[in-house]
Amino acid sequence: MFSGFMINTWVVASIVAATAGLVGFFVVVRGASFAAHALPLSTFPGAAAAALLGVNEIGGLIVFAGFGVIGIHLLGRRGRPEVATALILVLLLALGTLFLSQTREYSQSVYALLFGQVLGVGAADIGPVAVISVLAAAATLVLFRPLLLSSMSSELAHARGVSDRRIDLGFLAILALASSVALPVVGALLAFSLTVGPASAARGLTDRPAVAAALSVAISLVTIWGAIALSYVTDWPVGSFVGVGGAIAYGIGRFRVRFRRMCSAIEA
Amino acid sequence: MSAGLVMVIAPGFFTNGPVHVAIAIGGSAALVSAAVGVFIVMRGQSFAGHALADISSAGGSAAVLFGIRPLFGFLAMAALGAGGMEIIGARRVRERDLVTGIVLGAGLGLTALFLYLDVTSTSATGAAASVMFGSMFAIPPSTIPLVIGVGIIALLASGLLYRPLLLISLDPDLAASRGVSVRWIGLLHLLALALAVSLSAMTIGAILATALLIGPAASALHVARRPGSAILIAALIGLIATWGGILLAYDSFTWTPGHGWPVSFFVVVIIFAFYLVAVSAGRALARDRAVRAGG
Repeated sequence: MFSGFMINTWVVASIVAATAGLVGFFVVVRGASFAAHALPLSTFPGAAAAALLGVNEIGGLIVFAGFGVIGIHLLGRRGRPEVATALILVLLLALGTLFLSQTREYSQSVYALLFGQVLGVGAADIGPVAVISVLAAAATLVLFRPLLLSSMSSELAHARGVSDRRIDLGFLAILALASSVALPVVGALLAFSLTVGPASAARGLTDRPAVAAALSVAISLVTIWGAIALSYVTDWPVGSFVGVGGAIAYGIGRFRVRFRRMCSAIEA
Repeated sequence: MSAGLVMVIAPGFFTNGPVHVAIAIGGSAALVSAAVGVFIVMRGQSFAGHALADISSAGGSAAVLFGIRPLFGFLAMAALGAGGMEIIGARRVRERDLVTGIVLGAGLGLTALFLYLDVTSTSATGAAASVMFGSMFAIPPSTIPLVIGVGIIALLASGLLYRPLLLISLDPDLAASRGVSVRWIGLLHLLALALAVSLSAMTIGAILATALLIGPAASALHVARRPGSAILIAALIGLIATWGGILLAYDSFTWTPGHGWPVSFFVVVIIFAFYLVAVSAGRALARDRAVRAGG
């Protein structure tokens, strides 16, 4: 399980999971689940184009993540934001399926890109993934206070001179960076579980923002490590363990909230 | 004249069996999606609609594994997902989105597993692409009566739910005071949604079903003034998009020899174009009305 070719997998997956956990904290606080689901899928045509044209995959992912951010932001101003998110999401996915339909291994590529191919990580991937992840994490930490402020109370944020729209765009960009490195590992669909599951569990366990963010990173790491180990043993796809693991984490967090409420009700 | 027609409609289009099936099934999916989608968009449930369609893919992929009809698989899983969301259900929008996301993640985890088992234990290598992105030209003709039956049930249900849903969407408090159960109507609407997304998942694929559900309805709501006319406009847009998509995909076999372009791609692009037009038309209409009201 820890032999040569698996080391790359462990390193890259850990970096991806730590970033997803940190960014995920704000996804949950800001209620941005749909954007967190849509952005990894927006990067899908990037990977498909890379497969068709043989160009660099990470580059393709980032370019289309950028299209996703701009599309959601621009279209969201002219109507309902969730409709804009949904339509940009399907448009980019449809573009991806067009690219893949011109390759020889249509169905296999669809599967790998949507659900991940954790064992296909190479040593050359570590550098770019680390750089992009550090970038996303650093931006999150720099914007920690304004992000938190604007999600708690937009009036207070306004009073302090924080622009809602600019913060929103900045957050979408961070989310897009984190999504594009997660795609090759856990796949476009389940990158989302890694972002939302651990963070929602962490929020149920503590009320302090910094602790919750740290806890979210920790749970996310445990989830991906468990998923890789189980996937190695059973040969089942890593994404399915991540998806179910995220739901279990959420269940635990929610159970604790209920339990605490019950205890305080009994005491009162 | 006829040469021009051949340019648009490649020879054999009207006599081709798979095309007939695609036209019948795509049309049913478009009509049902329009009736259900308008309320989904009005009530701000686009994410829930998208999530149910995604989750139904677990059923579609399980159907391949157990050798049952894909439509039943999509339907069963979408209905389970609707029930799950309603049971965990949360009132606040943020919490609701989170619950939707968690159920969605778990459902997709199942899809990943079933698709893996499809490839390893049966010889269905094309399952991932056909479940997720649809394969309209590969639907067996024997499915048509079933699809039309499901479509009629969904349309009847939407018709019965029309008035209570309208009341709930516009004024939940008034609805409650008149004895309309918000929770039951909501659940029934989610089940109608499950029927709609299963039909769309059959045609343009589980993750693209959202396009047919949300796109025409949202476009129609930009230009129509009443929900009833919005449903009619949405149905029209949906039909143009699916049938236009089928036609273009049929033509595309001659563009890139050996690789036809996916029907779903054309359907989504046409719907997206309609949305862009509807957004600007809606703004022009609103300006027009403002000018008239002012003058």
